Amino acid sequence: MKKVEISINGKKIEVPSNYTILEAARENGFRIPTLCHDERLKPSGACRMCVVEVEGARSLVTSCSTPVRMGMVIKTNSDRVVNSRKTTLELLWADHNYDCLTCNKAGNCELQDLCYEYDIDPLASPYIKYSTNHVDKTNEFYIFDEDKCILCGKCVRACAELEGVGAISFSQRGHYTHISHPFEKEMLLSDCVSCGTCVSVCPTGALMEKTNNKFRNWDIDKKVTTTCTYCGVGCQLELVVHDNKVVRIDAPADSINKGITCVKGKFGYKFIDRDDRLKMPLIRKRGKLVESSWEEAYDLIVSKMKDTLENHGADSFAALSSARCTNEENYVLQKLFRGVIKTNNVDHCARL
Amino acid sequence: MTNSIGEIENTDALFVIGTNTTENHPVIGTFMKKAIRNGAKLVVADPREIELANYADVYLQINPGSNVALLNAMMNVIISEDLYAKEYIENRTVNFEDMKKTILEFSVEEGARICGVEAEDIRKAARIYAEADKAGIYYAMGITQQSDGTNHVKSIANLGMLCGNVGIESGGINPLRGQNNVQGACDLGALPNVYPGYQKVANADMKAKFEKAWNVEGLSDKVGLTIPKIMDGGISGDVKFLYIMGENPMVSDPDLNHIEKAFDNFEFIVVQDIFLSETAEKADVVLPAACFAEKEGTFTNTERRIQRVRKAVNAPGEAKADWEIIDDIMRKMGYENNFNSAKDIMEEIAMVTPQYGGITYDRIEKLGLQWPCPTKDHPGTKYLHKGEFAIGKGKFTAVEYKKPAETVDAEYNLVLTTGRVLYHYHTGTMTRKVEGLNNMVSKSYVEISPLTAKEFKLEDGELVSVSSRRGKIEVNVKITKRIKDHVVFMPFHFAEAAANRLTNAALDPVTDIPEYKVCAVKIEKL
Ligand code: SF4
Ligand code: SF4
Ligand code: SF4
Ligand code: FES
Repeated sequence: MKKVEISINGKKIEVPSNYTILEAARENGFRIPTLCHDERLKPSGACRMCVVEVEGARSLVTSCSTPVRMGMVIKTNSDRVVNSRKTTLELLWADHNYDCLTCNKAGNCELQDLCYEYDIDPLASPYIKYSTNHVDKTNEFYIFDEDKCILCGKCVRACAELEGVGAISFSQRGHYTHISHPFEKEMLLSDCVSCGTCVSVCPTGALMEKTNNKFRNWDIDKKVTTTCTYCGVGCQLELVVHDNKVVRIDAPADSINKGITCVKGKFGYKFIDRDDRLKMPLIRKRGKLVESSWEEAYDLIVSKMKDTLENHGADSFAALSSARCTNEENYVLQKLFRGVIKTNNVDHCARL
Repeated sequence: MTNSIGEIENTDALFVIGTNTTENHPVIGTFMKKAIRNGAKLVVADPREIELANYADVYLQINPGSNVALLNAMMNVIISEDLYAKEYIENRTVNFEDMKKTILEFSVEEGARICGVEAEDIRKAARIYAEADKAGIYYAMGITQQSDGTNHVKSIANLGMLCGNVGIESGGINPLRGQNNVQGACDLGALPNVYPGYQKVANADMKAKFEKAWNVEGLSDKVGLTIPKIMDGGISGDVKFLYIMGENPMVSDPDLNHIEKAFDNFEFIVVQDIFLSETAEKADVVLPAACFAEKEGTFTNTERRIQRVRKAVNAPGEAKADWEIIDDIMRKMGYENNFNSAKDIMEEIAMVTPQYGGITYDRIEKLGLQWPCPTKDHPGTKYLHKGEFAIGKGKFTAVEYKKPAETVDAEYNLVLTTGRVLYHYHTGTMTRKVEGLNNMVSKSYVEISPLTAKEFKLEDGELVSVSSRRGKIEVNVKITKRIKDHVVFMPFHFAEAAANRLTNAALDPVTDIPEYKVCAVKIEKL
């Protein structure tokens, strides 16, 4: 790719000629705030948070959708730029609920963070507040709260461009514009397959998972990257942990699944901490399974193993390994039966 | 898969057969749709009009069990119309003439009749696949769960090689593996005939290799029993001690009534699981296992990528990782592994498994590696058979169409095929315990076409009995235009109305895979 020379905040840099201003800036360590941008999606220029000043241009340009040109002189933080971003945020805030106090997104909300950064006074908005009080809760896994939607369009684009479903779109124009499912139907009746990709990309609390878990984002203990336990695609997921409990699943964009999930991977984790999980070994006594210690259970298994081995030989054993267990576990199980018991009667339900 | 998930979006044509990808491998489904938006052509063959059929250039609503007829008919078109990859066949394959003879003896019209589709559509499909520069075949259980599934798979390989699509980027023969780690379980020797890395137990060198590696004597060189044979062994009394780690055959296996009999007959059953599954309820000892979020390890996905599983939370109560339990038992049986972590096990795996030779936890910390990865400096393998087949030359095999083991008759007059739905996974042990998922689809149903419903005077939602020669269950009717006339479909996730009370345990002679995808049933009003 041909390179072009540009200058950002007085520093001369060289970047490939097919870059946007945003890409050039980020790659060279200049931070530009964005709300509607996502590397996986076509740029839309919807939110205007990313504006920068380009010498010679009459108005500010959106850096996420403007390609670099040879000799461009760019300012990412001039007064004009900062004032414009402030106005943008004030306008967004004017249409937004005041409930950061109880919003589950607080602490993980891009709008909240930017309002903080740009010193937006929540009560001194010069614009008239407009609210719809429309919250759609018909989907089993997530809600849509229209008053928190900033119309960035990421969900619309993600559903169409990443998930390939196109269940959501913009409806009406101007002040009444809103995100909607086809023909203003409830979400449940749309083509939505509840993959949760739109929920993952929403920068605010407009699209949010339904959850009983109460936790604040700043209290999260850790995020652990792992592999989905359901199908063979092997999507990479980020388990969000609070107080020894998985409270949410995020989808990192830099993975083989590109941050896309399906309903099982994104929302199918609530079996983990169910009360009816097995917690103790069980032994059948007088026809009934009753709790026992590990020692007792092991002793019983081992004595039965030795008996069977002695009286009926190795091939009277069989083991079913599992396509749900790890590689290491499958390895160890077949090693027990091949190496210690000495039978090859080991199988798993690959066929099923 | 011979190829990688990341290659899908750049392919020129997709041939999707016997996989309902958008429901069973949803994220791969999104990449397929991306390929289609990028201009790729799509051919779909399935008895059910699955979502992908909506985007297909040609959709073939074939009869269950007729895959080979379709594939042979397509190859007839490709050979007759001179659309095949002559140079590739010459340089890289053997046995072409033999296969060609069989193919040319089987007419497109004959194939169309068996499949229940138009001959012209088969021609169109064949041309799309053959004329694309890079075309990938994607298939799943619709191909393998047949009483001659091995032949179905060979037939797919024939088609792939015929058009020179194997061993190139964005092409390939791509089985989509069902469960999260079915690939890894096979790779690591959870099969009766091979050690880890598909090294044959009957081979004396392999026996010696593992005796040395494990420091034991007298490994068995006798090929072991497959699950269906293990169940037979339970009934005959030859198998006495059954050890089950994380499986639920009481819902997943075919012909459940037969399985139940076997379970009543085993002398001793040990089950490790995370819930008291239908199978655990039958056990003599049940051991509580940690789930994926509570342990360390790796899974290998359908594109052969070995990826990390990491512990996020503590297991409940006294539950332990499955490997720890087995390791404890081995120690008590007098064998010391010296494993302190899953990482230690991977080190041993790498030593004895050629394909995993270069795998270490350090190397897969960020991004998993795709096997074969034989050495510590090998970058992994994105797609197989590049330049040359793993076995040297690719071998064509003449495959003839064979009728399913069970066909309809006057009494059992409908064909049943089974599968999964988006919101559930396998026997539902996990998904049915997630409220939202269970609310989406909470009970079993039987899909019937409007015409067939009319013929049998059935209403949508009506409770009916569905029976086969093996069993009977009650479910609600779901009328849908998406299924072929005289074919019915049931999901198999539901223990209380288990489709597998009906399915046929007729086995493929090579793999012992049961014929889940085809059996004869009748429907009666209650
Ligand atoms: S959950 Fe998935 S399918 Fe549904 S609207 Fe969001 S992105 Fe689209
Ligand atoms: S719902 Fe979220 S992602 Fe969608 S337009 Fe509104 S703020 Fe953006
Ligand atoms: S998120 Fe969905 S598609 Fe991805 S591995 Fe999990 S079950 Fe499969
Ligand atoms: S990020 Fe550029 S306009 Fe929204």
